[in-house]
Amino acid sequence: MIHTPGTPRWGDRRKSRVFVRGLHLDWPLVVGLILLSIVGLAILYSASGQDSDMVNRQIIRLSVAFFIMFVLAQIPPHYLIMWAPFLYGLGVLLLLGVLIIGDEGKGAQRWLDLGIFRFQPSELMKLAVPIMLAWYLAESPLPPTKKHLIYATLLIIVPVGLIAKQPDLGTALLIAAAGIFVLLFSGIPWRYVIGCLFLITACTPLLWFSLHDYQQARVLTFLNPENDPLGAGYHIIQSKIAIGSGGIYGKGWLNGSQAHLEFLPERTTDFIFAVFSEEFGFIGIFLLLLIYLFIIVRGLYIATQAQDTFARLLAGSLILTFFVYMFVNICMVSGLLPVVGLPLPLISYGGTSMVTLMASFGILMSIHTHRRLLST
Amino acid sequence: MRLTIKDHIRETRLFNERTVVALIFILIFILIIIGQMVYLQIFSHEHYATLANDNRITIRAAPPTRGLIYDRNGVILAQNLPSFSLEFTPERISNIDETIAAISEIITISESDIDRFKKQLSQQRSFVSIPLRYQLTEDEVSRFAVNRHRFPGVDIEARLIRDYPLGAIASHAIGYVARINETELKRVDPSNYSATQFIGKTGIERFYESLLHGTVGYDHIETNALGRTLRTVKRIAPIPGEDLYLTIDSQLQQIAEKALGKHRGAIVAMDPQNGDLLAFASMPGYDPNQFVTGIDVDAYKLLQKSPNNPLFNRALRGQYPPGSTIKPFIGLAGLEYAPKKARSNNLCPGWFVLDGDERRYRDWKKEGHGMTNLDSAIAESCDVFFYSLAVDLGIDTMHDFLSQFGFGKKSGIDLVGESNALLPSREWKRGKYQQPWYPGETVITGIGQGYTLATPLQLAVATATLSNRGIYMQPRMVFATKPPNTEDIDFIPPNTLANINLKNPGNWESIVDAMVHVIHGPHGTARHIGHKLPFKIAGKTGTAQVFGIKQDEEYDKETVADRLRDHSLFIAFAPANKPRIALAIIVENGGSGSAVAAPLARKIIDAYLLKSPT
Repeated sequence: MIHTPGTPRWGDRRKSRVFVRGLHLDWPLVVGLILLSIVGLAILYSASGQDSDMVNRQIIRLSVAFFIMFVLAQIPPHYLIMWAPFLYGLGVLLLLGVLIIGDEGKGAQRWLDLGIFRFQPSELMKLAVPIMLAWYLAESPLPPTKKHLIYATLLIIVPVGLIAKQPDLGTALLIAAAGIFVLLFSGIPWRYVIGCLFLITACTPLLWFSLHDYQQARVLTFLNPENDPLGAGYHIIQSKIAIGSGGIYGKGWLNGSQAHLEFLPERTTDFIFAVFSEEFGFIGIFLLLLIYLFIIVRGLYIATQAQDTFARLLAGSLILTFFVYMFVNICMVSGLLPVVGLPLPLISYGGTSMVTLMASFGILMSIHTHRRLLST
Repeated sequence: MRLTIKDHIRETRLFNERTVVALIFILIFILIIIGQMVYLQIFSHEHYATLANDNRITIRAAPPTRGLIYDRNGVILAQNLPSFSLEFTPERISNIDETIAAISEIITISESDIDRFKKQLSQQRSFVSIPLRYQLTEDEVSRFAVNRHRFPGVDIEARLIRDYPLGAIASHAIGYVARINETELKRVDPSNYSATQFIGKTGIERFYESLLHGTVGYDHIETNALGRTLRTVKRIAPIPGEDLYLTIDSQLQQIAEKALGKHRGAIVAMDPQNGDLLAFASMPGYDPNQFVTGIDVDAYKLLQKSPNNPLFNRALRGQYPPGSTIKPFIGLAGLEYAPKKARSNNLCPGWFVLDGDERRYRDWKKEGHGMTNLDSAIAESCDVFFYSLAVDLGIDTMHDFLSQFGFGKKSGIDLVGESNALLPSREWKRGKYQQPWYPGETVITGIGQGYTLATPLQLAVATATLSNRGIYMQPRMVFATKPPNTEDIDFIPPNTLANINLKNPGNWESIVDAMVHVIHGPHGTARHIGHKLPFKIAGKTGTAQVFGIKQDEEYDKETVADRLRDHSLFIAFAPANKPRIALAIIVENGGSGSAVAAPLARKIIDAYLLKSPT
């Protein structure tokens, strides 16, 4: 039987299942992720000023990340259930460790120097928090009782607080979101959700004063970038010029003047979307969003097809977190949100968060491809 | 009742519901993104395309002009002079090292220039121009002009450079500016300093940095494809810093510095009425101009390693035993808290012993002063009288009383780095040495020896407070500021920090009289400076031991090495009844206070009260 891996055959269940069972991969997701990676490499080549060394390094990182995805896809979800409390506990300990003995990089303590390599415990928490919460809430009937909700909230607040203290506000918000998504999927009543939103709005002034100076500066700059055109506002102004000058069709690959004349800061990392927009225009953005949407819809589909509550909650949370990554990055680059320093998944140059992200896709695939094994 | 068995169908339905909601939200959010892209890329495309197109608009920060510093009579102490500098715009230069090498063939460029340039290069954005050399000569400017076509991205810029026209005069008060370093950049708002090369490092320049600096401006500059400036599209002008008027009288300052001459020492002169510091001399000084564009390493080492320590601000940070200059204050404490002893006549045999102790505390006059009272004890500087008075007062009373005059505390002057010096107390000693206070230490505290240390500034402030009969004015260097673009001068009102109330206000006059007798009395230790004066000076000499002389040891001035000779001190104010100037003088290793420091006081008082018209 001939099956081309390039074409998603997820409509044809019987055939794909035969093929998939061996590798435990979900081919539609794989195709979507590979498409994104290719787009990412192409735009990185342009953004880096046609630096093939940089592209090669990114290819190596992508390979590592895909390999980790593959490995995690082989681990049946019930192992994750077993590891949940230990992963979570270890993560919290490491976060405490970072606060006490961590290395300072760029003015914030995030790294733990393990001699051979440096490790960012907050990355582990991106997976450990949703796994822990999904495990905890799946233990008892849903929707969760008030008592369970309170404990679940604590499970979120502790690591988020530790990470916010580093201070790494972007990651802290992301992890909080991952935890909150598990809660939302667990079916907590909408009135709680709305109540929380009100509470947060009311606490905004309090939150404001607890921010570091540079974080306050970012928010102020976001509100009025022209106030500080050389300081914090510079990123946003230049990035908007890049996006806006791209127009409908874009300036064409390798032709973005904003990026190549080095006006755009961080153009290979957090602001790579601006380079993409300048060169591929509105049509390019539309197609890119379609790829993202395809991956997200497939992820949600996997979540609905999952056979137990744990897998369902976890899958839902992981795919929504992926969406948040993309959404926040694009919004900050296009001036809709303050600059928080999140990369565009699979497109931005850099390795740490990519590995975690691909690990979460590995878990999604594992959830989808181990269904039979669980039910027999 | 709650079900204990999980209801799978219900949970699945709930989950699917939530998934649908999530999907709806995701679609809404993606629509928001698309909406923003439509706005940026379709509706505002023209606008952004113009900004990004062939003509590149760059934003260049324009530095504000630093505020000027004047003395109290309007003499300029710090100004800004135009100076030509050679500047690189890194983004327009393909190979910086080669360009530097080529340019050094026509303009001399030192290693330290390159080091500083490289350091700045790594810190700034590539479109911000960075100076490689400052203060080009006209010759160098014209040589570069001929060769300019060879160096795209290199320009000659006229920048304003700080200049101190009086050179070393008042260098410790004014301080200086120099290039900003990384630590200082963290202290200030980096965007406001994005075009600023210099920051106040010491003195007034540092304390009033935020006033002097001003606010950065922005030029939106249109450049062609090669990066040459075509025109300025929009300009937000920088706001210059405020001008400062110092309380220093530069005439008096020069007289004070000249009076100290080659000595190491300090003179602080203050107007007791308002706290204005009229002279603030610390010698030796240094030429602040050499720091502005970067002092070279050798010259700096020379300054730093000099045994005379010219960079050390003695007036502000030098800690000296006050010696006998403390006596008027102890005497006043005596009149208040041990009036019986203070008003009695005592026999001075030339030494003092504590009850039940063998040790003899010697008077400076070996044969003794004979019968003394408080007045003659101050005028002739009898030690024995004050040994005995100190014992009656006790350390706690002395500490609390002297503390009111500012001893052991920061005076609140508008300069950074003031020293607390040291006013000892029981608590202090217990904390520092884990030892109780010994009676013998009380004895020598009475003549300003032992642990007690004071800065020249503290002594001047204490003297001014005494001359004011207890009104403690905060010492200040700046009495007025002038905001930019106006002619109005904002005067800063003088600040009264405290008012010392005596049980018997007449005691002030007793002490002032005694201090007048130091200069105008028949046996006063400074009577040689009191001739031919239309007013009375009140003062007190002090001779502070630099190292302890062992009991009954013969002390030979000639054999004591220069650095171990006594410090010579003098405090004074004049006119005694209505003081307009109070001062403290310290000459390091000068010898006796009466011979060295006191004549300097006369020079300064003459200069201020006899010549100045106000």
